[in-house]
Amino acid sequence: MLIIKRTLAALLVIFGVSVAVFVLTHVIPGDPIEVMLGERAQAADRAALAAAYGLDRSLPEQMLHYYQGLLTLDLGESFHYHRPVVELIAERLPATAELAVAAMVVSLLVALILGMVSAWYRNSWIDDGARVLSLLGVSIPNFWLGPMLILAGAVMLGWFPVSGRQGFSSLVLPAITLGTALAAIVARMLRNSLLEIAEADFVRTARAKGLSEWTILWRHSLRNALLPVVTLVGLQIGAILGGSVIVETVFSWPGVGRLTVEAIQSRDYPLVQGCVLLIAVLYVVINLLTDVAYGLIDPRIRLSGSAGAN
Amino acid sequence: MRLLSIVSALLLLILAATPLMNLQPDLIRLDHILQTPSPALWLGGDELGRSIAERLLLGARLSLMVALVVVSISGLFGIAVGLLAGYLGGWVDQFIMRIVDVVLAFPGLLLAIALAGLLGPGIDNLMIALVTVGWVGFARLTRAQVLSLREADHVQAGHALGSSGWFIARFHLLPLIAAPLMIEATFGLAGAVLAEAGLSFLGLGIQPPAPSWGSMIRDGARFMLVAPHYVLAPGSALLLVVLAVNLVGDRLRDRLDIRAQVD
Repeated sequence: MLIIKRTLAALLVIFGVSVAVFVLTHVIPGDPIEVMLGERAQAADRAALAAAYGLDRSLPEQMLHYYQGLLTLDLGESFHYHRPVVELIAERLPATAELAVAAMVVSLLVALILGMVSAWYRNSWIDDGARVLSLLGVSIPNFWLGPMLILAGAVMLGWFPVSGRQGFSSLVLPAITLGTALAAIVARMLRNSLLEIAEADFVRTARAKGLSEWTILWRHSLRNALLPVVTLVGLQIGAILGGSVIVETVFSWPGVGRLTVEAIQSRDYPLVQGCVLLIAVLYVVINLLTDVAYGLIDPRIRLSGSAGAN
Repeated sequence: MRLLSIVSALLLLILAATPLMNLQPDLIRLDHILQTPSPALWLGGDELGRSIAERLLLGARLSLMVALVVVSISGLFGIAVGLLAGYLGGWVDQFIMRIVDVVLAFPGLLLAIALAGLLGPGIDNLMIALVTVGWVGFARLTRAQVLSLREADHVQAGHALGSSGWFIARFHLLPLIAAPLMIEATFGLAGAVLAEAGLSFLGLGIQPPAPSWGSMIRDGARFMLVAPHYVLAPGSALLLVVLAVNLVGDRLRDRLDIRAQVD
């Protein structure tokens, strides 16, 4: 039941997203023809180009055309590349997926260690240090962290390539850059969550049974503390996708994020439309999956029908 | 932590004093090109020989101004919309929340980038883009808080006394939800400073020759190998300011004893 309800809600949001993207690319002022041909173009050339891209038709007609395209997965042709938008995005998607997954893995590993250490040594200087680290991680802008890591890791140490996508070593710096903020947020959440659970009855029972503190942390506390973390990570995927736009630009990573920025800079409307639409829909779908996963992990939610984050 | 608060207070003081200084952020001096910091030029020169320190100060003013305007407008609009949704309920609530859902379906930064890009570069469009993304947080928070208060005794009493909806909102609801809204505004300020710099980094925000920390980071990164001080200065400044604002937000949250809540 929960799954069906959530899916319907997600479909509604996706429809809303498609309307918003249409408004964004068709209603907002800005003349793509002028961008392509320059200010001094002949009127005949303008008209010909407008007709070729369907820009001379009325707004409702354009909208109809837009939805016909969406339903057949035809997002038009890029002004700049003169190739189908779907094809361009499909080419770049694996790179973005690779970067996003790597960033998630790095950040979850760091967050797990940082959060557990912080909770284990609560209110000591180690805890303070870990908290300062995570505050730094939230505050550091990724478009500055990226160049700094390039300076340290690529130029001074020479361990990693400066930019581009050639194998595993080129993935390290962008993944750290993209994952830092998430690591900081999750570490903080995990610490608070662990400390809260430390007061729970079942922890006291475990202690009374004579289990070691380590076993209590690993077997009892951590499992329960991870529940809110799953939701948080699901919500933060949007930040990862949004951040990839900047990080891919910094590292010349050939993904959808960089494609989006290039499309915006060259006013390639169909491409902007396709990229923004894809990323938003991806985000909605991932959130839906997180919601469902959360219900599977915790039966209490499946029964009551509402996840923690909605 | 205390040290950081002092540092940030100092920074604010310096910023407040910028109008009194005789700054020339656009003065081009060929003999200062990419010069390293010295007593006369305390943060060195940029690729046109302009003073990085002076550009940093004016960039800070511009960036904080943008952030304040963005947070004020999104706050006012978001709170008003959230009050309407939470207080009226019914189809108004449904309608508003569906719009909020759609805005939230976009990663915030992406939507701001796309909007700023399509509207064209410039400080006004930058602020429009950031407000479009920013108001939903306030609206959601306000609505959630109002929903939890709507059936409270003192609100019911207000109804019984025949108070108008406006009066109840102003005197019975808003004072009680001011604390979480203030915290949201604080973190919103940090977010707006970061977003402005991010957009300017991509060339979509504040346009040259006006100084922005984001575009300074972008330009500085190009000269990272010959003049590392150029990229270090605006980046550390940005980090310090965001850190300071986040610290204030944390403090407020602890002081007002409000748990971090997703909704």
